Amino acid sequence: MAGAGLGMAELVPVAGGAAVEDYVALLKPRVMSLVVFTGITGLLLAPGALHPVLAVIAVLCIAVGAGASGAINMWYDRDIDALMTRTRDRPIPAGRMTAAEALGFGTTLAVGSVTLMGLALNWAAAALLLLTIAFYVGVYTMWLKRRTPQNIVIGGAAGAFPPMIGWAAVTGDVSLESLALFAIIFMWTPPHFWALALYRSADYARAGVPMLPVVAGLTETRRQILIYSLLLVPLTLVPVWLDVVGWTYGAVALVLGALFLLAAWRVWREASERSARHLFAFSILYLFLLFGALLVDGVGGI
Amino acid sequence: MTDGPGTDSGKAEFARKQRARNWAIGAVLVALTVLFYALTIVRMGGH
Repeated sequence: MAGAGLGMAELVPVAGGAAVEDYVALLKPRVMSLVVFTGITGLLLAPGALHPVLAVIAVLCIAVGAGASGAINMWYDRDIDALMTRTRDRPIPAGRMTAAEALGFGTTLAVGSVTLMGLALNWAAAALLLLTIAFYVGVYTMWLKRRTPQNIVIGGAAGAFPPMIGWAAVTGDVSLESLALFAIIFMWTPPHFWALALYRSADYARAGVPMLPVVAGLTETRRQILIYSLLLVPLTLVPVWLDVVGWTYGAVALVLGALFLLAAWRVWREASERSARHLFAFSILYLFLLFGALLVDGVGGI
Repeated sequence: MTDGPGTDSGKAEFARKQRARNWAIGAVLVALTVLFYALTIVRMGGH
């Protein structure tokens, strides 16, 4: 059970002693930036127009909902966060905030963002936002993360929902086009996280998180990264086929896809930490550039 | 941590963090007020 025993280095924080920065850290701002960007892309690509104030509110709700998921995730994972180098300085394991404060903060933001989305935009977008939070917290964090190496494959859906939420904020429904945007991020997530897991496997093993490199080994993980990368590239062309964007985006997607495949192939071939770090860093840039191209082509009409 | 919560410097640090939090909460409340005002105007305009 999460937090059942913080064990060796248990730190007892004082309630109300957390700094503003600690609350910001709970929101996982770096993850939030990618969520916001893909959410905005969905919102701007959707057919129809939204009043700028309503568009700002929709993006705010997506950002706050994502932040809420992060805060509740940090509440639940506080025991394993304390064991991993990458996460041990987070506000709860570092003893700067009580677990109850984090849970209260996350829950308040989750309820507030979903309610505001429903009242200001529409309830389809609000339901998708609620599904995203529930999926990240319930399905990924509480159910899959500690049980199966497929945790980030299925759990990755939570990170793929934002463009669908942005789209639904405008149209009030779910369409094939928004599902295509979902599918791109869904297929991008495994190679992205497994690249990180390749050079952080000792961390995950210490915390007992069954990431693929821990359970199936480094070689199998590299093979899986290559397979998912090969599936990802053709999927990135679906928005062209659906007429959401044109071949300007298609050309960018092909070039970026070739670079992604090259990085994944290097991970498989070289089997070095350097190549895994390179793929992880490039995968973030890749998604930003890919969705940037979607925006430029789809909204700019080039 | 070098200063425990019971020491003078610990108490001063605690008070400083609480002041900063109060300012942040105030800023969020003002921003929400402006946001809800704008939302109401937009909604009343038929959007």
